[in-house]
Amino acid sequence: MTLAQSLWHHGAKTGVIGGITVLVIALVGMVESFNKRFIVADVMTMGIALVIVVAVLIAYNAAKRAASSDYPVVFANSLLAALITSGFLAMLVIIGNRINLRSVLVNASPVLYMVLTGGFEGAAGIFVILIAGGLSGVFAGILYLMPQLARQVAIVSLGSVLIAGLLQDLIRPILSAWGPLAVVSEWLFTQNGLTITGTILILLIIAATFTIWSLKRENIKTGYGHFPDGAQRNIKICAFIALAIFLIVLPQILGLFLSEVLTIVGLYILLGLGLNIVVGYAGMLDLGYVAFFAIGAYTTAVLTSPELGFFSLTFWQALPFAVALGILSGIILGVPVLKMRGDYLAIATLGFGEIIRILVLSDFLKPWLGGAQGAGKIPNPVVAGYQIAGPQHIYYLILAGCLLVVFISLRLRDSRLGRAWMAMREDEDVAQAMGINLVATKLLAFATGAGFSALSGAIFVSKIGSVYPHSFNVMISINVICLIIVGGIGSIPGVIVGAAALVGLPELLREFAEYRLFVYGAVLVAMMLLRPEGLWPEARHKLELRKDENDVADAQTETAA
Amino acid sequence: MLRQLKQLKERITPTDIVMWLIGGSLFGLALWGSIATLRAGLYTGRHWIDFLIFGLAQGSIYALIATGYTMVYGVLKMINFAHGEVFMSGPFTAYFVAAAMYRTDFLDNHPILGLLAIFLVAMTVSTMIAFFVEKIAYRPLRGAPRLIPLITAIGASFFLQYLFRGLYGSGIQAYPDMPIFQGFWTLAGIRILRIQVVVIIAAVLLMAALYGFIMLTRVGKAIRAVSEDKEAAALMGISVDGMISTTFVIGGMAAGAAGVLYALMFKQVHFFMGFIPGLKAFTAAVLGGIGNIPGAMLGGIFLGLIESVGPSLFLDGLGIVAPYQLKDAIAFTMLVLVLIFRPMGIMGERLGAKKA
Repeated sequence: MTLAQSLWHHGAKTGVIGGITVLVIALVGMVESFNKRFIVADVMTMGIALVIVVAVLIAYNAAKRAASSDYPVVFANSLLAALITSGFLAMLVIIGNRINLRSVLVNASPVLYMVLTGGFEGAAGIFVILIAGGLSGVFAGILYLMPQLARQVAIVSLGSVLIAGLLQDLIRPILSAWGPLAVVSEWLFTQNGLTITGTILILLIIAATFTIWSLKRENIKTGYGHFPDGAQRNIKICAFIALAIFLIVLPQILGLFLSEVLTIVGLYILLGLGLNIVVGYAGMLDLGYVAFFAIGAYTTAVLTSPELGFFSLTFWQALPFAVALGILSGIILGVPVLKMRGDYLAIATLGFGEIIRILVLSDFLKPWLGGAQGAGKIPNPVVAGYQIAGPQHIYYLILAGCLLVVFISLRLRDSRLGRAWMAMREDEDVAQAMGINLVATKLLAFATGAGFSALSGAIFVSKIGSVYPHSFNVMISINVICLIIVGGIGSIPGVIVGAAALVGLPELLREFAEYRLFVYGAVLVAMMLLRPEGLWPEARHKLELRKDENDVADAQTETAA
Repeated sequence: MLRQLKQLKERITPTDIVMWLIGGSLFGLALWGSIATLRAGLYTGRHWIDFLIFGLAQGSIYALIATGYTMVYGVLKMINFAHGEVFMSGPFTAYFVAAAMYRTDFLDNHPILGLLAIFLVAMTVSTMIAFFVEKIAYRPLRGAPRLIPLITAIGASFFLQYLFRGLYGSGIQAYPDMPIFQGFWTLAGIRILRIQVVVIIAAVLLMAALYGFIMLTRVGKAIRAVSEDKEAAALMGISVDGMISTTFVIGGMAAGAAGVLYALMFKQVHFFMGFIPGLKAFTAAVLGGIGNIPGAMLGGIFLGLIESVGPSLFLDGLGIVAPYQLKDAIAFTMLVLVLIFRPMGIMGERLGAKKA
């Protein structure tokens, strides 16, 4: 009885979850719209890869949950989970071919069914789905039963192929920009997707490098430790210089389109660093952060745009006003919400952001701010008689801004004020008891964050040369919050990683843009459940979160005992 | 006397003064605007009555949604940010049922049955969404730092919004017309839109049922116990997790019903329809004192009235063009004002400045 139960129990349960997941992915339209992009040319599309990856993950999870030393049990569970998962898709195809689901579910189209069945019709198509599911299950089972090193190698090399396929638009122009590498690019990539030789090549190279690296990693690390201190410092300086040169030549390597993406990521990094001070350091969840971005942007627009016709300052003359007004409005917002915590603060700031957007959009302020049509003809910044226009030049302006803000953030974090913020984040009452002036500390956090946000707003309008109220909706605030959290609350490298992952990736994968918030939402929930400290966590915050978890675990074991 | 004054002086901080200044100037502006509007005589008594009834109808919808916020806050001490999406999911799904019934003339021939079916579908879907959101996104996070469930809730909210956008499409769907709700009723010489009367009556009945359930039944008593003190409730043999789920279920039902009323009144549904009403309903819950069910109901109605009367009353007299565009700004300003001056809300007593 127990054996039979353990055979199907985990597999069935996980399989049903997996089935619902793939159904949602398919019916939301992701499979169909991702199907246009090939990962391996003419063999595997992104849409199919997505379904297979989910099926393998589910089956692997089922195997893991079975947690049995009996190979057949593990195998049965992963196979069952994958079969149930694919069974859901098969049901969708069967039902969808009989009844027209399209009048309700807009994405349940015949094209979707063709994609899912791999082009086969009727019963053959259903078999294709089930066989693909079975194979995923078998693969996941084998993966789970492999020795650890082999599993890691398999995951990393397959993952690399996926990433190379996904980022083909990024890799191809970089490779072909430089004569000798162009040949390599032709070898690896077609116009859409990797070539078969390319796929095999990447698999082998990554597998080999990763194996060597994981076997020799300890040697390399201890070898580095054996260098004298001076040499270690030199290595660090060299790495730093290499990074600096890399950052300077980056737009030249990337070309126009990718530089544009880079500037967008850069702006989000600026925003993220600013909000990181409010949310990450001081622990106040501000959902109206876009308001300061808008204030910076509109101040610059009013001061520089001849279309609105009040002033015609240059960008550099307007910038201090924009930042100052941002800081001022940060304080003005800060005062009323001083006494609020957590949820209340979030909602009050969200309301504030909406108020600003509604005001900017209204006909009431139209004579001053341009109403729904916005305002144009905002001049580009001029440096030493040289106009900064186009993404490849704006990049340097944003880079300078980012470096400045990173520097300020780092210095603030290690300052007395930074420690006061963190103390406040951990416990407001205790911080106050320790003699921290809560009012001043909170207002400074709001003001600093708002100043950074206004700075990025000013750069943003001078970059696009016009300003529209629709650029300042609540989604910006949410995006920034997401990238901070995904990167790791309070961590500066985390902000950069988060911005690259959450803003850069969707720009590169155009099909993805439509599902951006869908995926963000899922990622936020998953992140909070599985890895609340983020991708690149700040040491102290990680400690705190993990400690809390341990406490909870302790408490549970205590009550259980 | 002098000592009292001195004590008072010590208690008042500069931030208090700034807050009073901000609040006072806003009140002053509203008062000035109202007087100017009334003196200019831009609107007749008829207009004001129309505004009031519209506000009452909209406010009772807010009130229904707000009960969900307030009950969840009561038991979990968190804002269920995804509640606006619970509100959206029901009527958006029920739209397809309604459209199908409309096409086959069922809705014309059996309006009551059809309406029942719409309510049933909408409430079921909303309830299921609320239940699963709690189960998947919130339950594993009990005992986590406060910021974490809030972020999860925001994530869940966007996930649901775009899930429904993906499933049903991004277009605005027009809810079918119900002939029985069209036209006017004349009451004491005042013509009132039928749909508004129906919405108000339905909402009041639902709220009465909900309040009765919470106050009179055993389950309601258990829910109240859980929101007073989880541990003590658990010791009394109440299943805390079960009661939390029940709270989400009841909130989901109320939100689903509110969603149908909203759809019937504004005749359209789309995936983003839950966001702003959700925020407003939260405002209403705060207005009434969060955690307090009658407070949320009153707060909702009050907010609806302010929103429909406010733009014309406060802003028109100030010479502001197109004041109606600013109605949401008025609602959010109300929220900020309440949070400043009376964080415990109109009826709130449990929540002092400590938690706000």
